[in-house]
This record gives sequence, C-alpha cells and structure tokens, in this order.
Amino acid sequence: MSTQQTHREDLVAAPSRFPLREVVLFALLMAAILGVFATMGAAYSTRMLVEAACYAILALGLTIQWGYAGQFNAGVMGFVALGGYCAMAFSMPVNGEFWASPLAGELGMVVLMALGGLLVVVGASRLHHLGVPKRLRTGLAVVLALLFYLLVSARLGVVTEQIESQYDYIGGLGLPPWLGWIVGGVVAGVVGYFIGKVCLGLRSDYLAIATLGIAEIIKAVLKNADWLTRGTATVSPLPWPVPGPAEVGFTLARALYFSVTAVMIVAIFYLLTRAYHAPWGRMIRAIRDNEISAAAMGKDINHRRLEIFVLGCILMGIGGAALGSFNGLFDPQGYLPLNHTFLVLVMVILGGPGNNLGTLFGAFAVYIIWVMSEPLALAVLDLAVTLGEGSFGWEATTNLDSRALQARVFVIGLLISLVLRFAPKGLLPEKVKHHG
Amino acid sequence: MNELVFFINNVIVAGSVTGSIYAIGAVGVTLVFSIMRFAHFAHADMMTFGAFMVLLLTLAFPQAGAAVGLPTAVVMLPLAMLLTAGLAVGIDRVFYKPLRAHGVKPIVMVIASLGVTLMLQGLIRVFAGTSGESLYVDDRKEIFRLALPFEGARAPIVVTEPQLILFVLTVICVVGLHLFLSRSRLGKAMRAMSDNPDLARASGINTNLIVAVTWVIVGGLAAIAGTLLSLDVTFKPDLSFFLLLPIFAAAIVGGVGHPYGAIAGGFLVGFAETLAVFNWGVLLRPFRDSLPEWLSGAGNLAFVGSEYKIVVPFFILVAILVWRPTGIFKGKVI
Repeated sequence: MSTQQTHREDLVAAPSRFPLREVVLFALLMAAILGVFATMGAAYSTRMLVEAACYAILALGLTIQWGYAGQFNAGVMGFVALGGYCAMAFSMPVNGEFWASPLAGELGMVVLMALGGLLVVVGASRLHHLGVPKRLRTGLAVVLALLFYLLVSARLGVVTEQIESQYDYIGGLGLPPWLGWIVGGVVAGVVGYFIGKVCLGLRSDYLAIATLGIAEIIKAVLKNADWLTRGTATVSPLPWPVPGPAEVGFTLARALYFSVTAVMIVAIFYLLTRAYHAPWGRMIRAIRDNEISAAAMGKDINHRRLEIFVLGCILMGIGGAALGSFNGLFDPQGYLPLNHTFLVLVMVILGGPGNNLGTLFGAFAVYIIWVMSEPLALAVLDLAVTLGEGSFGWEATTNLDSRALQARVFVIGLLISLVLRFAPKGLLPEKVKHHG
Repeated sequence: MNELVFFINNVIVAGSVTGSIYAIGAVGVTLVFSIMRFAHFAHADMMTFGAFMVLLLTLAFPQAGAAVGLPTAVVMLPLAMLLTAGLAVGIDRVFYKPLRAHGVKPIVMVIASLGVTLMLQGLIRVFAGTSGESLYVDDRKEIFRLALPFEGARAPIVVTEPQLILFVLTVICVVGLHLFLSRSRLGKAMRAMSDNPDLARASGINTNLIVAVTWVIVGGLAAIAGTLLSLDVTFKPDLSFFLLLPIFAAAIVGGVGHPYGAIAGGFLVGFAETLAVFNWGVLLRPFRDSLPEWLSGAGNLAFVGSEYKIVVPFFILVAILVWRPTGIFKGKVI
C-alpha cells in the first residue's frame, strides 16, 4: 500500500479541500447560460437547456461505459434512435383503421411465424444435448434459420407493402410518453446485451467497430421500414409528458419539460454516485485498472463488463427517448453520428470520464458551445466570402450554408484530438481515493 | 442464357469490384493493426482524401490522360498516393505519436483516430461539398460489351474501363505487397515488428522508421482504394462510415494482422454483399413453367434489400467474432 501511495501521488485526492475548480467551472457555466438567456430570449434558451439536459443523460450513460469501465461505445446514435422510436411508438395515437383491418391479423401471423421459427432454430441449436453430432447440429440450425428467414421476410414484405399503401403506417399505442421512455431504455438495453455478449470478451477495439455497425443498421431499419416509422416522411407531432406549447406557451412548456428531465438527471446522478462509491463501483474500477488482479480476486470480469455496458445503453435509450419526445418530430434521417455519437463523446472526455459531476458540466458546456457555434460558423464563412470576393475575386459556391455546418465536424474532431493529447483526464478529472 | 449473363454481370463482375476495393482497404487496416495494434477508424476517410486529391488533380489537368491513353484520374493516381502517404505520415507525427509515446491503451488510439476521421471528413466536406462528383472530367467512361458465343445469349457481359483498371491495379498491389513483405529488408522488418515489437527493437530494427514506412504504404493503398471506388461509381465525400464496417469485417474475417487474410476477407465480404442483394428469382425464370406456384410467383428472392446492404458485413463480423475470433487465417492480434 505504501509503495503505491508514493508512486501515485498525483492521483490521490486531498481529503477535503475546497472544490475550487468545480465552483469556478460551474460559475462560468452559469454565466454562459445567463448570457444566452440575455441575448437569445427565454424561449430559445429553455429549448437549449432541455436539449442539453437530454444530452446529459446520454453523457452519463457513456461515462459509465467509458469512464467507469473503459469500454468505448462508438454507436451512441443507434441507442438514441431506438429510444426515440419507442417514445414515438408508445405516445402516438392509435391508428384505429389499421387495427380494425385484416392486415393487423396478418401482421400478427408474421410475428408469430417469426417467433415460431426462432424457437425451432434455438431448439435445433440445442440438439447436441440429444446426442446429435455438433457439426450436423450447426448445419441444421443454419439451414433452418435461412429457411425461416426467407419465409418470414417474404411474408413480411407482402404485408408491409399493403400496410404502407392502405394505412400509411401502423401508428402508435396511444400510451403516455413516459412509458415509451422506460421501454426505450429496456429495448436499448436488450440490444446492448447482445452486442456486449458478442464483443466484450474480445479486444476492446471490436466493441467500437460493432457498435458503430449496429448504429448504422438501426438507422437503416428505422429509415426504410416505412410501415413502422413512416421512414423519410417523418412522424409529428409527438405528445409531451407535460402540457405542450399550444396550451401554456413555449417558455413555460419547455420549462416544465426541463424540470422533468432535471428530476431524471438528479435521480440518475444520485444513484450513480452511490453506486460509484459502493463496493460495486470499486470492483468496476478494479476491473478497469487491472483486469488480471481483479480476476485473481475472483471477480467475474465478463459478467461485470456486460452489466456496465447494458446499464449505459439503458441510460442512452432513456435519454434518446426524452430527446425524441422533446423534438416533437421523429425523423430517422435526423440521427447523425456527429450529433448523437461524437458530440456525446466530446462531452464525456472533455468533462471528465468517470466523474459524474464533470460529465454533467461537459454535457451542458459542450452543448451550449455546439448550439452557439452554428451562427458563429455562418458568420465566419460570410466574412470569408466577402473577403474572398472583394480581394481575390473568388466566386462563392451555392451551398455555403451546409458547408459552414460541415466545419463543425472538423471542430469536433479537433476537440477530441486536443483533449486526448493535453487533458486526457478531462477538465474535472476522476478522483481516485486510496483507502488505508 | 440471358439470365446467366445477368448473373455474371451482377454477381461475378460486381462482386469482384467491391471485393477488390474492400480487399485493398482491409490490407491497410490490417497493417496498422499489426504494427501499431489499434483499429484505425480514419482509414475510410484517408480513402476519401486520396480520391479527393485525384479529383482536384484531374480538374487541374484535364488533358493529361489523353496524352497517355488512360483516364486522367489513373494518370494522377501516383501523385495522389504520394500526397495521401504524406498526409498519413503527418497525421501519425502530430496525433498518434505523442499518444504512443505516452503509452496509452489501444482504445485511446481508437478514439484519437475517430477524432482524426472527423477532422478529415470536415475538411473534405468544406472543400468538396456534400454531393457526388464524377472523376471523369474530360474523358468518358469506356464500356466493353463482350457477346457470348452461345445461341440465345442476346445480352452481352458488360465490363467498364475503370473495372478493368481496378482488376489490374488490385493484382499489382497484391503482388507488389507480397514481394515487399517477403523479399525486401524493410518488409521483413515490418513482419518482425508485427510478430514481436520488443524483440524487433532489441534486435536493432529502427521501429520509428518501420512505423513511418507502414503509414506510407497504408496511405498509398488507401488512395488506390478510394480512387478505384470513386472511378467505379462517383466521388462521394460522405461514404466513410458505410465503408468502415465492411473493411473492418474483412480484416477481422481474414485474421487481424494478416495481409493475405485481409485480401481473402475483402473478397469474401464483397461477394457476400452482392450475393445477398442479388435477386435469385431471375435465375428461376427459365424454369418458370415447371416450378410450383408459390416459388415462381415470388417476385423478389433477394436475401436482403439493397437498402439493408450494411447488415451483411455486420452479420459476417458477428458470426466470425462468435465462432472464430481469430479469423479464418488465425490472425496474430487477438
């Protein structure tokens, strides 16, 4: 113990010093928020605050995965989109015409067929318990899976085409939005479970590749399954869990929404901080910092990793659902890796991975900068154009506005590189306490 | 017979084209994996960068190709390879080397490479816009139609000029890489370093030089792959996240750190993609009259619609990670 302390003095937190850095940073953040309120008006600023709060939930999810456990999830966007879809599917009014039609029964038949096929395939993959040779079992399971897949997808194609042409899409369930948020978290957790199950025992890079892939796939499905989501036609307006702008006005409605998300953040923050300081949190950090010795202490490493990964994915699903409901518009094409994966990543690594307070700070600070950079980028480009035309005779291309927004891609990338290089622990580093 | 020609055009030719592109891309990824031991996410954007350099050079000298008899883009390719190689070495010096010197975990390098990919993407899009552009600026795409010497085969096999160039270049790349890795001193040193970096350093191999050489090769290969992709279709600045998954799947399927495996994996993923989106109903058409109603009535017998193409490499990736995480050729890096 004593040798460790002498070597790692930089990591030892002073027992109860005044949290100067935290106070200063949060005071600056407060000043920035007040500045936005003063310049952009209350309605705009409350919208920004609500969105930042939803992003804070996402960032807390990522800080569990990356900060607590060192797992890198490069597909936050996919889980956000899943959450958004669940919020939409639960809260939109019921499409009565469709459910009364025979197509609903046929869709149910397809679902039953898929479930039956799944059961048969799972059963076939367990045949070795009955003494069937393993090679034969694998072959049989694969052939059966292919067969059922072809049958189900052919039926599904026919049914969904009719749904799209006759009833637009299957509509929602007409339930309160918060139920959709919870289910969104659950669905994201289930997807995360399968991804984690495949990748977590292997090199850490593989998780990044697989999550990047699943995010693109989820987006592709939501974009192309018109019968489920209306695809590019988008669904709006999504109901809110609080009175909407039409009833009480923009500012008040958004403030109410913000208070809902704030309560969620406080609850999540409290639970996470408790968990972090509990024996469970110490175990997770032990696994992150020294896997081999943690295994030697009898910890089930892969199981704990999966636990953490799924927990993070659940938070991302909930945050994504809250964000989706607030936007009021479900547009699968609006989910972009930049806005929903890398922005969250920057929030976490800039704020301080593994430090919940730092992550919260990072989420709000980065989101404010992100929102404010839009008019700034346009202004800078405008200036460049006038300069270029005036002094060099350049001709500006037509789609300047969209190009200016692409500059933000560059800035986010640069920010990631700079933080990794010069402040790898973030602005509010994780405080590692040494006991004894 | 027309159905067979259709099959050749849509599966054999198209599969070889995507397969070659994925193979060249995957070799670059696997080289970085084996020397520096991290998944290099910026590879797809290096490909785009290479193609963009070719586009700029072609726009600058549109007449150059006519003098040699090749498309201008191909004439400009060596120059673009040099530029991309320079970019790769530069990126390594500025962004990766300090982190490596710090001894960070591989996963931090992965995040750094994501930062780099975003910066490249942003730069390319600011200058190139977001719409597609053809690399054929001043010359036009030659299309070769090979009629089959059979009765009843009316449709010809169609191969375009860029596809022929692509096959030739793929063969040159593979043979060149093989000779380099197996014959040259530097290539052998690279293999030694991928086997055991500490031993390589101890036996007097200049590891900094090897790293730089690796980046030069990776950059050059990325430029080739990107240009070939853009020649075959059009230059698009925002392909990268769709390219990454098949390329990584190819590298992992072939066994990470295993260049020949990456080539095999590239073709495997490429053919799997084209076979999965191919409409098998076409092949059944000649036997329409003798087939049962439910089979001949089905219009589209493709496994996945082309909008879900990205599912195929992902599925291959998951399958290989579940059953054989070391890849079919037993990669060195697990």
